[in-house]
Amino acid sequence: MSKSALLKSSIAKKYWMSLTGLFLCLFLVGHLAGNLQLIFTTGEEGKRAFNEYAYFMAHNPAIKILSYLTYISIIFHAIDGIMLAIQNKRARPIPYAYNNPSANSSLASRNMAILGTLILVFIATHMANFWWKAKISSDKFPLHMKELTVEDSNPMTGQPQKVNVKLYLTTSGDYVPVDQLEVKNNTDLYAKGVDLKMAEGYKDLHSLVFAFFGHNKSKEGFPVNDMALGAVLFYVISMFVMGFHLWHGFSSAFQSLGLNHPSYTPLIKKAGYGFAVLVPLLFAIIPILIFLTK
Amino acid sequence: MATTFINITLKIWRQKNVNAKGSMESYTLDNVSTDSSFLEMLDQLNEQLINQQKEPVAFDHDCREGICGMCSLYINGRAHGPDTGTTTCQLHMRKFNDGDTIYIEPWRSRAFPIVKDLVVDRSAFDRIQQAGGFISVNTSGRTMDANAIPIPKSDADKAFEAAACIGCGACVASCKNGSAMLFVGAKVSQYALLPQGKVEAKERVINMVRQMDQEGFGNCTNTGACEVECPKGISLENIARMNREYLCAAAKAD
Repeated sequence: MSKSALLKSSIAKKYWMSLTGLFLCLFLVGHLAGNLQLIFTTGEEGKRAFNEYAYFMAHNPAIKILSYLTYISIIFHAIDGIMLAIQNKRARPIPYAYNNPSANSSLASRNMAILGTLILVFIATHMANFWWKAKISSDKFPLHMKELTVEDSNPMTGQPQKVNVKLYLTTSGDYVPVDQLEVKNNTDLYAKGVDLKMAEGYKDLHSLVFAFFGHNKSKEGFPVNDMALGAVLFYVISMFVMGFHLWHGFSSAFQSLGLNHPSYTPLIKKAGYGFAVLVPLLFAIIPILIFLTK
Repeated sequence: MATTFINITLKIWRQKNVNAKGSMESYTLDNVSTDSSFLEMLDQLNEQLINQQKEPVAFDHDCREGICGMCSLYINGRAHGPDTGTTTCQLHMRKFNDGDTIYIEPWRSRAFPIVKDLVVDRSAFDRIQQAGGFISVNTSGRTMDANAIPIPKSDADKAFEAAACIGCGACVASCKNGSAMLFVGAKVSQYALLPQGKVEAKERVINMVRQMDQEGFGNCTNTGACEVECPKGISLENIARMNREYLCAAAKAD
């Protein structure tokens, strides 16, 4: 009895929807905090900070567990949501000829399924653009590289001259000259001609993001994105959609878990509205700001 | 306020029987007193239809004072009409204007099949009640006086508010998902809050929710439409309480 009660019943679906939804809200906070580094620090320092952060996120075992929980939550939330939408559609085979739902419920609350579907489309494209390229694809991924112009003297004439030096940033925090190294397995840096791993480089995710939102990062090895404006618009609209989804979803999750009391429910609602505005807004600022500084 | 008379157009769902295909039919009704109730207006329409040798409109009604839960009707896109906190029988024609077109439809839910015209079969609610909406009391003559058990005033008030549910089905009708959770939440709450109901609390919530799911009601997505349209002002807190009760019961079930 308990098995079916906690998995299949209409109320159990609410619990799962609520728990996965709240976990995804936590994920949003973490993801936002990480991504805000893209706009808080500029120059080599900002690039370095973000790429180091990305390396940490990809290699820390605790983060790995959280990432799998996030994937599972997204999938579960989506499947559960689709099942709910189908069952709910079936519960009213003949629609009302005249209906006035705005008299008793909010637009967001009535459109969670369609908003969720739009978010799922966004997640799919977002992951194809970044997650897939950085994590899954076997294509060669450009590494964090720094270009320096150093004063040198010409070995033949002894005259001073300017020389361009390219350096890889390594995970030990040093910069090593590119021309002395060979890249293997995407990020392993080997001494040229010697089968000896010297260091590990950072994937240049910072430049991937900036190239995607309009910056010219061809020197770093990323093609120029002609559709950058479209990408920015798509991201901003998607964040608007997510805001609507959260507007209802955040406080709804607490109600589903049975947390409703005159003393704290108004607070939860206010916090939910604040969350629904602030988080998507801050997310949306990132592509806008990157695009404007190209 | 002086009595005035209005002329109205009615768009009413007509359906011969449970298997027939229904449709919206248009009627004009003149000289409707603004002092008459909505159901009296329908009585007036039916007199007109009978005089014209036409089939009168079937609709549910009984006490006509907002307590039996028999009247239903989805009026101009809202359960029990435009007023809040009232049943259809408590709605008066003074809420409408001369020349208005009024849409009248039955509750629309898979679990409430249409019997005829505006009459729906709400026996799904009865079966949910039978699944657990009761307490087992020994009535051999040595029944304990209910008032002998001390109950905190706030619990008694909350249980009373939940027990105000008349089972009309407006929650199901207004919910975009056709969910019955406000009804079941109220019925679970009215017992869960009282010592007499605690004995069977675990089985009650599990069995009533199972029956609710079997009847084909939709799932609650917390839109809150039910709470707004409920003629008895049953609060969403009752659904939250049912969710809590269910979680505890399901986790502890044998």
